[in-house]
Order: sequence, then C-alpha cells, then structure tokens
Amino acid sequence: MSRALIVHQAGPGVTVQDLGREGYLAFGLSRGGAADRLALHEGAALLGQSPTLAALEMAGTGGTFEATEAMRIALTGAPMRASIDGAALVWNAAHLLPAGARLIIGPATAGVYGYLHLGGGLATPEVLGARSAHLAAGIGAPLTAGDRLPVGPDRGGETGLMLVPEERVSGGMVRIVAGCQTGLFDPAEVARLEQTEFTRDARGNRMGVRLNPEGAGFAARGGLTVLSEAIVPGDIQITGDGAPFVLMAESQTTGGYPRIGAVLPCDLARVAQAAPGTRLRLRFVPMDEALAAERRAAEARKTLRRRVARLTRDPHDIRDLLSYQLISGVVAGNEEE
Amino acid sequence: MARAAAACRSGFPEIAPPVPDGRAGPSGDGDGARTRGDVTGSGAHGDFPRIGRVGLDGLLVSFGDRLSEAGNRAALAFRAAVERETPAGVEESSTSLVSVFLRIDALCTDPGAVARAMQVLLDSRDWYAEPLPEGRRLWRIPTVYGSDLAPQLGEAAAEAGLTPEAAMAELSRARMRVQTIGFAPGQPYLGELPAHWDIPRQQALTDRVPVGALVVAIRQLVLFSVSTPTGWRHVGQTAMRLFRPEAEVPFVLRPGDEVIFEAVGREAWERLRAEASDGGATSEAIR
Repeated sequence: MSRALIVHQAGPGVTVQDLGREGYLAFGLSRGGAADRLALHEGAALLGQSPTLAALEMAGTGGTFEATEAMRIALTGAPMRASIDGAALVWNAAHLLPAGARLIIGPATAGVYGYLHLGGGLATPEVLGARSAHLAAGIGAPLTAGDRLPVGPDRGGETGLMLVPEERVSGGMVRIVAGCQTGLFDPAEVARLEQTEFTRDARGNRMGVRLNPEGAGFAARGGLTVLSEAIVPGDIQITGDGAPFVLMAESQTTGGYPRIGAVLPCDLARVAQAAPGTRLRLRFVPMDEALAAERRAAEARKTLRRRVARLTRDPHDIRDLLSYQLISGVVAGNEEE
Repeated sequence: MARAAAACRSGFPEIAPPVPDGRAGPSGDGDGARTRGDVTGSGAHGDFPRIGRVGLDGLLVSFGDRLSEAGNRAALAFRAAVERETPAGVEESSTSLVSVFLRIDALCTDPGAVARAMQVLLDSRDWYAEPLPEGRRLWRIPTVYGSDLAPQLGEAAAEAGLTPEAAMAELSRARMRVQTIGFAPGQPYLGELPAHWDIPRQQALTDRVPVGALVVAIRQLVLFSVSTPTGWRHVGQTAMRLFRPEAEVPFVLRPGDEVIFEAVGREAWERLRAEASDGGATSEAIR
C-alpha cells in the first residue's frame, strides 16, 4: 500500500474530511465532517465515486502536494489558484496528477473552503466510523509538511471533466427556520433580524461563524442565558454582545445561549463559504417551504453526475494536455452513470 | 448509535400539519410564544413536558425550563424508551439536562407525525416518577483543589461565601450525579451543589483550561474532556481522560453515574498521575 499523497507544505487549516460521524450526539460528539458538504458530492461526481470517500479540506489556502503514482484528482468548493508543475488548473474540475509532479494549491480567490479529492479517496484510519478530523474533540490534526496520506484504490475513469457548481461563495440570502427558542425574542427583534444586513466576521472556523450586524445587536427577552439545550448545525446563537453566531459542522453539542433560528442544512455551505467581509442576509421561511428546499437540494445532488461535462480548451496550449490524459489501462468512454 | 437511514420509498405527503414551531416574524403566524405540547401528568411541572422544533430536522422534548432532579430523571427515562421503541423516522436521540433531542430524517418522515407519536409516548406515563437508569456506577476521582493547577478555587469560594478551605471540604465530599454528557465528547455536567454554589459564570472567558479540569458555576460541576476556553471557574484538576477515541469504550462516564472528587495533595496526585491509569480514579457499581 504505497499509493499515497505526500504533503510537502500545508496551510494552517488543511484537514481530512468526509461526511462526519453520526450517532454520537448522546456522548457529546457532534457530527463534524466537511464544512461544505455539497463540495464532497461534487468531487464524487467529477471522479465517479462515492461522496462518502474522504478528501482534503483546505481553509483559506492549500499547500504543495505530490502523488506516489499517477492519480485522478478533483478540485471543488472555494476556488483556489492551483497548478501542476506550473501549469494552471481549472477549479471545479477533474485532472490527472502524474507521479512525482508538484501540485500547488494557493489561496482562495473567493470563498473559504476548497477541496482536493483523490480517485479512490483518502484511506487514513477511521476513528469512530469516520476519517474526518474533529479538532474540537481532539480527533485528528491539521496536516503538516512530511505527512503521507494513504489513498484508496481507484477503479479509474476519465479526467479533463468539469462541473458548474451551485454558486455559494459570495454570500447573499440565507434561509432560516424558527425553532422552540425563537419565541424568547420579541417579534420586533425577529423582524429586525430579517431586515439587517450582516457581514461575516474575521472570527469564524469549523465550529462557528460570527455575523456582524450593520446596526445594533440582538437580545432575547429573558436575558443572556437559557438552560443548556441540544444544538444542531446551523443554529443561530445570540451571544453576549448581540451578534448572531451560526454554529457549524464541528460545534459543541449543547449550548446555553438563546437561539433565534437555524439555517437550513442546504444553505449552510453559503455561510461556511462566506469569506470575512462577505455580506449575508437571513430570511425566515415556513417549515414546509424549508422541507421543500431541502428536498430539491437532495434531488440536485443526485443529478450532479449527469451535469459533469468535458473541459474544452485550446488544443494548442500544450501544457493543458495534462488535463486530458487518461489513466493508462482505463478504457475511455467509462461514462458517468 | 445512529440507526441506518431507511431509504425513502416515496416522498411523504408534501405538507403535513407541522408541529407549532414558535414561528414569529413579520410574516409569521401567532405571537411567537414558545411551543406548548399538551400537558401531561399533574400540574406540578407547569407547561411541561412539551415538544418543540430545533432546526429543520430536530425535535426537543422538554421536561422543564430549569434543572431539576425529577426533570433530569424524566429526560433519561424518556430517551431510554425512545431507544427501545425506535420510532419510525428517529435517526438519533440524546439528552441534555432536562430534555430529549430527537434527530428526524425529515426528508423521509414528517416531523409532525413523529411529534404526535412522541406525544402519545409522553402521555403514557408520569415520566417524572421514573427511576434512574440501570447500571449506574460510583466513581472516585482524585482531585487537586486550588494551587497553580486550579487557580480559581479562592475566587469561586468567595463567590459562594466560603473560605477556600471550606469550599474544598464541601466540593470534595459532595456526591455528584452525572446529569448529562454533552458540549464536548464524554463531558459530564454534574449536579447539584447546595444553593450557595449558585454562582454565575465569569463575564470574560478563561483562555483555556486543560483536559481533566474541574470547573464550577450555577450549582453544577463540569469535568472537562477537552482543552477549551470556558466561563466556568477552574477549582480542581484531575488526571481523568473522559474521551478515548481509540479505546473500546471511548466515552467513560454515563448519565446517572455518581462521582466524588476526592481531595488529594499535589505530590500524591503527581504520583497517581504517573503510576495509575486515570490518576487513580476508581469505580464501583451502585446497587
């Protein structure tokens, strides 16, 4: 098992992520997993493999990588400057990474979390049923230079494929639902939440993202703290200074700050991918509308493979031929299902 | 553990009557009052138990709006019943101090229907009269109070109107019960200390307390399973590792377990930490 990805250099927030661990809420361990779950589905569609396979999540910037043998890769999520041995790579696309070549992934040009997927997926050891690093729980750690990550066997397929992603790296409208603590806030406060423009604070990570209101902060009638209750990803806590704090994949499992609502799961990537300074708005939707939106998102994930298309490039640009190579031994025409 | 999500055979009816969700806002219906389930049992628990929504796919069955021994027992017993009955659509459940959280497969199962099933279960008995869980254990965990290891004993004692010596004596003799595991993996909230320990959290957070830190606020103790910032005051230090992701039993304590944080001197603690697993912590079955 020498098939591996070698890390020569890594930014501070590069971790192995999959869809996380379910079933441990009663033990105080939140699901965790990729901050932008849709990106895992997109990478899986580009490589024609399962979305449950682990990938590298890169917060803000990537690193320098090398493969021990030729591998298919896909790049999704926040677009980052990427190149193989100096040849620029298209984001939201699948490419071939030749053995020994240098894959350099630089800073994000929009959004926060970029993803590097490998044909066969990362095959690091599972902990409690998943490969995701959960830094808050002390599971796994950010990657550092010298790390060598095992990569699973790849059943092969084409490269030189691309996918137009659902736009989610520039902020905008985020849909939320009311919950059993929304009533702790005066209706006027709740109305003001919808009318307020928010800016994503510089403070934000896999646990939560702070949103700065353009005007005054928000407050519940009963004061600062309530009885500690279960938290779900997307819950919007109103903390001490009145700024909403959206709880993300790696949040704690319980919290004692009042929650004014919760972001729909299908809109949570929009919050995760809002870079500091990005503007966001929150809009309440009724539960039935929320469920319908979630159902549409689930349907859209199923159509991702059908939406994969060939990269079309100038054939005279010789360096780009890299993107069109097939893994040797793999029959072309191995179409997406 | 999570139950395997059954594949949706077909979409469930598009719009089932939703559980009242406290919807409030300019286009909202109602006054934003908190969700009320039908009151079961006696009036001793006010509007409780009641069922509310958490996010798109969560239900919260609440047995009170503040910590009570009966409410905690009710929550533990209700969750145990849910785990036994495995109602359709419930993917996972957990408890916090006096409530039960249910994660629903909302795309396959109408959360409103699950809520109605939960109401039937709620109405089936007086949950506040249910016994504590089976298989509880009494733990004795050697603890250094105060010193540079736990620098806020004096401050916490002053808040409680005690000398540091008296505070240590009280805390080290108290037999505390694990009321819930939460916030961080394997991390217990233990109750309940006498009323003079109803001290607030600090305004400013302590930057970081180490794993095994014993902290106090609002008549409760928390034993930290991870190193984290906290608003609770750090009064004791243990060598207990509550979360062991690599072990056969990754989460050590369970709700209902009881713990005595026995005072030991610094030297004895250092020796136990070096020589014994978990700094000399022991457990025995509660009969």
